[in-house]
This record gives sequence, C-alpha cells and structure tokens, in this order.
Amino acid sequence: MLIDALFLQIGYNATLVTLGSATLGLAAGATGTFLFLRKRALVADAVSHATLPGLALAFMLMVAMGGDGRNLAGLMAGSALSAWAGLLCLSWLTRHTRLAEDAAIGAVLSVFFGFGIVLLTVVQTLSAGRQAGLESFLLGSTAGMLFSDALLIAAGGLCVLACALALRRPLLLVAFDPGYAQTQGINVQRMDLAIMTLVMAITVVGLKVVGLILIVALLIIPAATARFWSNRADRVVLLAGLFGGLSGYIGAAVSATAPGLPTGPIIVLVGFGFFVGSLLLSPGRGVLSSALRHRAYQRQVHLRQGLLALARQQPVYEAMTRRLLRRAGLVRADGVPTPEGHSRAAAALRDETRWQALRSSMHLSELSTRDDGLTLILDVLTQDQIAELDRRINASPRVV
Amino acid sequence: MTLALPRSDPDQSPLCIRGLTVSYGEQPVVFSVDMTVQDGAMTAIIGPNGAGKSTLLKAALNIVRPLSGRITVYGQPLAEQAQRIAYVPQRASVDWDFPTEVLDVVLMGLYRDLGLLGRVRGHHIRHAKDCLDRVGMEDFAARQIGQLSGGQQQRVFLARALAQRADLYLLDEPFAGVDAATERAIIDVLKSLRAEGKTVVAVHHDLSTVRAYFDNVFLINRRKMGEGPISTAFTPETVQATYGGRLADGQITQLTQDA
Repeated sequence: MLIDALFLQIGYNATLVTLGSATLGLAAGATGTFLFLRKRALVADAVSHATLPGLALAFMLMVAMGGDGRNLAGLMAGSALSAWAGLLCLSWLTRHTRLAEDAAIGAVLSVFFGFGIVLLTVVQTLSAGRQAGLESFLLGSTAGMLFSDALLIAAGGLCVLACALALRRPLLLVAFDPGYAQTQGINVQRMDLAIMTLVMAITVVGLKVVGLILIVALLIIPAATARFWSNRADRVVLLAGLFGGLSGYIGAAVSATAPGLPTGPIIVLVGFGFFVGSLLLSPGRGVLSSALRHRAYQRQVHLRQGLLALARQQPVYEAMTRRLLRRAGLVRADGVPTPEGHSRAAAALRDETRWQALRSSMHLSELSTRDDGLTLILDVLTQDQIAELDRRINASPRVV
Repeated sequence: MTLALPRSDPDQSPLCIRGLTVSYGEQPVVFSVDMTVQDGAMTAIIGPNGAGKSTLLKAALNIVRPLSGRITVYGQPLAEQAQRIAYVPQRASVDWDFPTEVLDVVLMGLYRDLGLLGRVRGHHIRHAKDCLDRVGMEDFAARQIGQLSGGQQQRVFLARALAQRADLYLLDEPFAGVDAATERAIIDVLKSLRAEGKTVVAVHHDLSTVRAYFDNVFLINRRKMGEGPISTAFTPETVQATYGGRLADGQITQLTQDA
C-alpha cells in the first residue's frame, strides 16, 4: 500500500495531493531558509495566524455576493490581505515603539488569531449549511482537493520559489550582515518586507494542505535540517528545498494509505523525522559525531597525560588513564612501563619541553597558540628550528 | 585649545559631515558634529566608550538614520557616491556560525558588480583571492567562517572591503581583540591603501598606537572635541578634555608625546 502510494498508484485524488504537497514543501523549505538564516522564524508564526480573519471575512463576502464561499482563490486572497495587515502591525510595533520583536509577535499573533476565531464562530451561526470545512484551514484538509486547487498550490509555490531564488543574494547578505548590506545599496527594510511577503504567500498557498497553524513547521524544519548538512548558505537553501519537498511527498503519500490520516500533520511529522535523523547522524554538527569526536579527544588527552606522568616517574591516579596505557601496551598490569612505554613517554616529555621552550622564545612564541596539548611540535616547526630550540633547552636545563 | 584647520577643501573631502546629530530615543549619542576627512590620509576617530564613535561612522554610511545633519562624499550626496565607500564593521556585529565560507564573504564585496543574478565568473574569484592574499589569508578561502580566530575574522572583513575597490575606507575598531600578527597585517594593508592615494578612517581605541598608525585624529565625546593632524590635535590637553577623568594625567602625557 505504502509502496503504491509512493509511486502514485492509488488514485487520482491522492496523486494530486501528493504532487501538490511536494511542490509546496519544496517552495516552503527553500523560502523558509532565508527567514531561518535571518533569525526571524517566529515572525512566520505571527503572519500565518494573521491569515485567519481574512479567511473568514473572504468567506462571508463571497457568500454575501452569492458565490461559493469555499472558492480557494478567493479565500487565499482574503487571507493574504489579513496576513499583510498583521505583518504591517508587527513591523510598525517593532520599529515605532519600544516593544521587543518577541512581544510584538505574541501580541499580533494572538489578537489576529482570536479575532479570526470570533469570525469563524459568526460564520457558523450565520449560514450553518454552507460553512462546512472552513475550520479545516486551521490544520489543513486535502480530502476532496480539486485539480484546479492542486494546480493553484503548485503554481503558487513555484512562483514564490522563483522570487526567493532571484532575491537570494541580497537576502543572504542582509541575513549575514545587515549593516554592510545597507552600504552595498541594499534597502534592508525592503528586503525584510520582501522575505516576509514571500513567507506570507507560502502560508496562503499552503492553507489547504497543512493549514495555518502548522505551516511554520514546513518553513523552518527543513531549513534547520539542511543546516546540519552544509556550511554554505546556497547549499542549505537547496537542501532545505529537497527536505521540504520529500516531506511533502512522503507525508501526503503516507496519509493517503489509510482513511482519516490527516495530511498536514503527517507531512510535518515526516519533516521532523528528517530533522531527528540529521540531528543524530550529520557528520559535522550531529550529536553522535560530536560525542565520538569528544571521546576520541578525551582519550588522546588522557594518554598524553599518562605518558608525561610515566616520564616524570609520577604515579598515574586516574583509572581511565591507566586502562588506556595498559590497552596500548605501554604499561604492564602492575603499572611498570614496558620498553615501548618508556620510549613513548620520553618522546612525549621531549615534545612538552620543546613547547615550553617555544613559549619563551622571542621569535616563535606566536606559534604557542598551536599548542593544544596534542599537536606534535614536529608538525609545527622545521628541523632547524627544533635544533635551535634543543640547543636552548640544553643550555639551560630545568625541570619541566 | 587651538584646532588646526583641516588642510583639505570641504567641498572635495572624501567625507564631510556638518551638524550631525544621532539619537536613540531622545538621548543624543552624537550631537551636532562637524567632520572633514582629509583626502589620502589616515584618520583615527578616538574617544571614550559610549562616546558615539561607531554611531558617527554608521550615520555617515546611513546605516543608522541621523536626526539632523548633512553628509557629502567627495562633494556629492552620499547616495550618489556610496559605491566609493568600503565599510569594515565590528567583528562582533555578525553571527560567525552563519553557513558561509571565507571566499563567499569576500565575494559579498562584489555585490554591486554582480547584482541580483549576475554569474560569479573566474575573474571575480581571482579578484577575491587576491584580496585574501593581501591580508595573508589565501590559504583559508575554503574555510567555514566559524573556524576562524578573531584576528582572522577581522582580516576577512578587511578583504571584503578591499574587494570593493573603493576610495574611502571606513573601519569600526579594526584592531579590537586581534592578535599582534593580525594588527601588523591590517596596518600594513591600510598603509598600502594610503600609498595608493586612498583615504582611511578608523574608529580606534588604543591611544598608545595612534601616533604610530595615523596621520590625523578626530576626537569625539558626543560632541566634537578636536580634529586635525596628530602633531597639533593629539595633545595632552585635547585628550584630557575628551576623556575627562578616565585617564591619569601621567598616562595621557606619555601617550600623546613622541616616544
């Protein structure tokens, strides 16, 4: 069943939803990365909640004019207008009052959402028969998606994606260093407004599939996932698009395999799965690899300290150090160094003494920043420099 | 206190500021400041902490909007001459965990050439690498910026400014928290810029190196406290007036006299 769903073999509607969700995920992931890198992820949350009043008002207006209240394009236009109003309130509050952005986000988000819920209740009492499904925009609902809806979602998503990619250079410059971007002739405020407008467009496009409460996940999680895999912003954007698109595709396919599985939340959960996988497994920034790296480093330090203690004929107190030394064949079970242990210990002490001498040397002392307790001085200095150091050490022998 | 008149003509000065006031809320940080930067010279902006040094620079670049004041660059309004200015912000002003590599940061300096969609071509990369070479960072082009030391970060910012091929360089505390080797590398680059006829203005915090590094000083503590060549404007009296009781008398005399 799942295999069939993944290969788009279980019906027309499921195929529409899957392709629509994949496009939405691709666009949301890539666009959201710019927001994520600008560190304004929560603004997207305020914007998406601010769509609700417009959604309800658009429904009322269309019904009042005798049309079908559930026309997707009409609802999108209404929610875009109210999201825009929310965005303007937010930027006015942060710029012209002393309110911090997080407080402004909280205020705008809750007020608009609350107002939207009031309107939604009014809609339900006004025309009980025809409002069916309006509240499904809170969490998305793909049942009964029309071909025209899917087309609208895909086309809208791709339009936003194209705009975001066209603006990628100024958007990234503003995200990295807004002051410098200003000196490069980029209007920082206008760029911030541009990215928020694109985010708003994604929210509106995604209303039908994931709903306004969860859309922020589709904007942020793919970017956070992609950050684990690359240290270059343009690649993070591409990877986020990939993760977003895959989440949309797989999530929609999974939800099509059984009746009653909600599409939007499953898409978000699939995205979260990618996130957790990356968090654990990423080679550079993952939890697992940094734990392994830390452990390897700790072992090296213990070994080194153990060798120095042997060379200075001091007792080794730490159990871990003793174990490491024994396992490397450097000491016998009774704590007496083996011949190899003796020579390694002497080498470690020599290295340590040279580092100490380097610190007090007039011309080489700058290199002492390379001393992390493990780097061999042979890797830092040339042979003649070492010979010079040794001459100085022998000239004034002291206990190190 | 006598001020030597700046030698350069205000109409052609690389950076001419008149009556500049910047305030955050209703607390002016910079009040009614006039400044005339001399062409082809190196000028240090000095003053105590919180005296408005960085703000002055940011207002001159329109990064913060002044309450009042007029700024001209080479005799023209700032907006028309902005491409002739290169800015080196404080190192601490950005997040160094941002996903980007050293060469990408330097290429940001070419934004005006590249525009929105222009392709990065071989000559752009070569130019960016040359700029890295000038600051001694050619081997670090492919490093993630988070792996750099403080001094190396500062050099990358300087390379980005060099990439702009500007005529006026404005630097905000370029020597703050950098190692001795970096300080030498940066001052060498700045002096080579001066030798090419460029103009350098730097916010500077270390009074002991003012005399060795700069030609002119501009002293500020909210108001302008002095301006001119080191020999006439950087005196115990002007420094005492600018810093008030924050420096001991003997210290000031020692700092401002020839070693």
